[in-house]
Formats: sequence, structure tokens, C-alpha cells
Amino acid sequence: MGTTMTQHPESKDSQAEKKPGIIRVEGMHKWYGDFHVLKDLNLAVDQGERIVICGPSGSGKSTFIRCINRLEEHQQGRIIVDDVELTDDVRHIDSVRREVGMVFQHFNLFPHLTVLENCCLSPIWVRKVPRREAEAAAMEYLERVKIPDQATKYPGQLSGGQQQRVAIARALCMKPKIMLFDEPTSALDPEMIKEVLDVMVELAGSGMTMICVTHEMGFAKTVADRVIFMDGGEIVEEAPPSEFFSNPREARTQKFLQQIL
Amino acid sequence: MSESTIKPPKKYTGPVKWMRTHLFSTWYNTLLTLVVGYVLITNVGPLLNWLLFDATFQGAGPEDCVGEGACWLFINQRLNFFIYGFYPDELQWRVDVMFALLAVAFVPQFIERFPGRKWLGIFGMTGLPLIGYILIPGGILGLEAVESSKWGGLMLTLILAYIGILASLPIGVLLALGRRSDMPIIQGLCVVFIEVWRAVPLITVLFMASVMLPLFLPEGMSFEKLVRALIGITLWQSAYMAEVIRGGLQAIPRGQYEAAGALGLGYWRKMGLVILPQALKLVIPGIVNTFIALFKDTTLVLIIGLFDILGTVQSTIADPAWQNVAIEGYVFVAFCFWVFCFGISRYSQNLERKLDTSHKT
Ligand SMILES: Nc1ncnc2c1ncn2[C@@H]1O[C@H](COP(=O)(O)OP(=O)(O)OP(=O)(O)O)[C@@H](O)[C@H]1O
Ligand SMILES: [Mg+2]
Repeated sequence: MGTTMTQHPESKDSQAEKKPGIIRVEGMHKWYGDFHVLKDLNLAVDQGERIVICGPSGSGKSTFIRCINRLEEHQQGRIIVDDVELTDDVRHIDSVRREVGMVFQHFNLFPHLTVLENCCLSPIWVRKVPRREAEAAAMEYLERVKIPDQATKYPGQLSGGQQQRVAIARALCMKPKIMLFDEPTSALDPEMIKEVLDVMVELAGSGMTMICVTHEMGFAKTVADRVIFMDGGEIVEEAPPSEFFSNPREARTQKFLQQIL
Repeated sequence: MSESTIKPPKKYTGPVKWMRTHLFSTWYNTLLTLVVGYVLITNVGPLLNWLLFDATFQGAGPEDCVGEGACWLFINQRLNFFIYGFYPDELQWRVDVMFALLAVAFVPQFIERFPGRKWLGIFGMTGLPLIGYILIPGGILGLEAVESSKWGGLMLTLILAYIGILASLPIGVLLALGRRSDMPIIQGLCVVFIEVWRAVPLITVLFMASVMLPLFLPEGMSFEKLVRALIGITLWQSAYMAEVIRGGLQAIPRGQYEAAGALGLGYWRKMGLVILPQALKLVIPGIVNTFIALFKDTTLVLIIGLFDILGTVQSTIADPAWQNVAIEGYVFVAFCFWVFCFGISRYSQNLERKLDTSHKT
């Protein structure tokens, strides 16, 4: 079954109720041992918003977005995702992870499963969708990322760009409300970056709430509602892309932009 | 697409050329070839004579074994004892049924594309031991009971190895997971268990199982010697298995755990669906190595008075009616072990090939 590119299930509900503050981070701190990685982060993201996070290496970008689905634990402050606060409570963590999809720099597909099985695993075992339904849905998402013909292959048989698109489809199969991307294109050869970015742009157009850590400034300019600049574990600057790129306020931001542009 | 007409250069591999390049390329290679050839020619002939051509296969009793060759008549005549031990003759069909089921479950595993071989394998690991549990000891469903002290021979060897293998794998998995657990109590218990059992020789474990275990058990509770030996072997083996599996778990990149977690899979699903399938596949050679070692180690039950295949052969060799049949006996035992261990090894290689999805080039 093929879907046209313009109608996606998410786009309808997200148009209907734009929930403010679907992600709320309040005064959040994190330490690795004695090392203070994240310092007093505050961020509110509304449903359907697209946030790009950038900053120098080691500034804590990955750590920050990994806190949002509790791959990392924070020690102080609050993180509330879709009205559920992340605490030690495993049930809270599970329910947040069901709603938050994540795409990693190194894809992290399951090499022992085919592309289709990768996509269906979680819907079947976590959402308890019947296998047949899960497979049909997975095929739709694979079509959306333009690789339905690879469904029966194993990840090891695909190119990096194809693997990353499968990883995006796999996350979407859980029908998440929020998608997190941690440098999804930085492990890819230049000619594959575009195919992944195209999928992400298309996804952004469908109204998905997205937080992307990326150094693809073109992507940030065209897609982001807000750009966040982090340095030394702090949010240094936060602005719409037009302002962020043409008129950065902070000296550290200016220096960073000079280096990468 | 145009087909290329250039073929890879052909390597000429006639027998003469092959011999010249492989056997007689240099003077020391030639010397080695001649020495090995001499040893083979002078030994293989006599060995075959002893094994086959001069051997005695048929006859009425020890007096027929007069030739130069092996006395296979001895094995032939006592085969029943070597296979069933003291299991009563009229009830041996029960053991035969189990042998047949074992073959039905596992022989197809060697045949690619055998219909339903996966289900036969699953039956072999679930239904088969259950049927055996009812059929071999009897005592229920109108089956006459046969005490475990009467079991022996190949049958006992297979029971010990089969149950040891079947039970040590899941226990080993749990111990390995426990050792990597975040929970300090579980981790501590698993470390202690593994380190204690692994550091004790199996013989000691068996002695303790047969002599000491009854002292610790509450009044009125007692297990048969065979069960005690089985518990000892299984726990000892699972400690080894746990370390083999832990090696596999450690080889799985952190990204796999994170991706599974991010997809909302809980601990057991993450382990069962994502981590263990990959980890176990990686350590198939180590697991099979452990299985084969266990299979052979079962002969140690000899020292607590259980007659496995080696035990039955050994006790028969001592029979004054038969003389000078020790070599035949041991060769027979060695051959039986080899057949099963080689089978396990071949099967594991099949499995590895089938499960390989890495597509390394
Ligand atoms: N598990 C860990 N234990 C201790 N320190 C860590 C750990 N993970 C990351 N760090 C440190 O925390 C800091 C932030 O790391 P993080 O990976 O979040 O940076 P980043 O902004 O994503 O960098 P990059 O652009 O290179 O991916 C770094 O200084 C890093 O060395
Ligand atoms: Mg990073």
C-alpha cells in the first residue's frame, strides 16, 4: 500500500491540538562523577516545534538530548515529557520512551534482524500491534524514507545513508510524538547526507516535534523554528534561525559561527 | 549491462603439478614427504589389518577370538550392556524409543531444507526430555519402574550429557546477565557462584554431590545418586557457560543496548530480542567447546559408582572370561565419543553459517 507524501497520520492531530510544552526542561544539571557536564538547562518545546542544537564538540549536546529519553540520568532539576516526569520510576521511563523516537549517529540497527524486522520489533513487542499490521505500517514508513525494496535485506547489506533512513523509519514505526536526532548525518559520506536530510526535511514538514543535534546549518536554516547554541554544558544562545545566523548576540556564538561557516 | 569476456587466469592443477608444488618443491619438503610417506605406508596397513582384515566379528564366545586382529566379537556380544547398562531386557524398548526420538529430532538438523526441522529441534529441547522423564524411569502411567541404579552405558552417558547441556545453557545465560547486572546483590551472588564453582575440579564436585550433599539436605529429603551427580555437573558447567556467554555480551556495542532502550524495550525484551541473539551467535564456538567438554567429562561419574559407557566397558574388560580385549574396549569407547562430539561440532558449524548476517566482505 502506498501513501502519498502529503498525508501522514501525525500531521492531522498535530494540526488539531498544538500542545504547548510537550518537553519541559527546568533547571536541569548533570554530572559525570565530579565533572559538571550540563549546567542549569532550561528549555520548553511545543508540539510541532523543530529545534536544532549546535555547539562545539564536548559541549554536552548529546548528553542533553539523551537525558530527554533517559539514556542518561540527570541529577538535579526536572524533565517533563508529554506530562510525564522522568524519575527513577521505570514505568515513567518506559512510557516516555514509547513516545520519543531517537536516531543515532551510528544508526545502531540490529544486525541480526532484517530491515523489516528491525522496524516491527518494537511495535509488536512494546505496542502489542499484531504482526501483520505492524509489517504493513513498517512498509509504509519504509516507502516514506524511499527504501521499501530493501525490506528483506540485513543492515549489513545497506549503505550508510540507507541504514540511517531505516533507523528513522524504525523510530517512526513506534508512532512517536517526538523525534530526537543525534548528529544523524555526521557518520555519512557527503553524497549520502542529502538523502537523509531530505527525509528529515520531509518529516519536519509533517508536523513532527523534532530536536536535532546537527552541524548541517543549511538544514537548520530551512527547517528549524529555533536554534540553540550550547557551549561548556550551558545554553548560550537561543534564537530563530534568521536571527541566529545573521545577528548572533553572544561572542561565543559569533566565534563558533565564524569557524563553521 | 555488458558481460565482461575476460575470465580470471586459470590455475593449472593437474596431479603432477600439484605434487610438485606441494610435496616436492624444496629438498626439505621432499625429505618430509618421504618420511611421512614411509610412516604412513608402514603403519596404515597393519592398522587396517588389525581393525578390519584380521579382526574377528562373529563367533560364539571368547574362544573364537584367535586371530591376529581385533576381537570385535567382544563388543558385539556385550553391546547390550554397553548401551543399556543393567536396564531390564524386556523394558529396553523404552530406551530405544528415546534413541529413535533423539535421531528424529536431531538428524534432520544436518539436512538443509528438511521440512519443519526447526520444530523438530524445538521438540528435541522440550518434548523429548519430558517424554524421557516419564519413559525411562517409569513408575507412572502403568510403566514398570526402573531404578536409576540400573541405568548405564551409552544411555546414561547421553542422559547426563543431554540434561547437563540443556540445563547449563539457560542457567549460564542467567548467571552471565546477573554478573553484568546493575543490582549489586544480584551481581555479587552471581560472581560468587561462578567463581566458586569454576575453581573446583569436577571430580570434587561429584564426590561432594554423592557424599556431602545428603548431609546438608533436610531430614527425609534425599535424591538419588544420579540426580545428585546431574545437579553437580549442571551447576559446575553453568559457571563455565556463564563466562563464555559474558564474553559475548561484552562484545555487543553499547549502541545496541541504547537503541533497544530508546525503542521502549524493557530489560528482558532488550536482552531476549536484541542482545542475547547477537551475543550467543558470537560465542557459538565457545559454547560448543563447553558442550563437548561436558560430554566427555560425564565419564567422571565413574568414580561415584555410576556406570556410563566407559564404566560398562571397563568393568567388562576385567571379566576373566575375556582376555586382552582392553584395546578393543577403549577404541570402541573413544569411537562412540568421537561420533557424538564430531556431530555436535558439525552441527554448530552449520548453525554459525546459517545465522551469519554480518555480510562481511
Ligand atoms: N560516559 C561518560 N563519562 C564521563 N564523561 C563523559 C561521558 N560521556 C560524555 N562525557 C563527557 O561529557 C562531555 C559532553 O559530551 P557530549 O558527548 O554530550 O558532547 P557533544 O556536545 O555531543 O560532543 P560531540 O559534538 O563531539 O558529539 C564531554 O566532555 C565528554 O568527554
Ligand atoms: Mg555528540
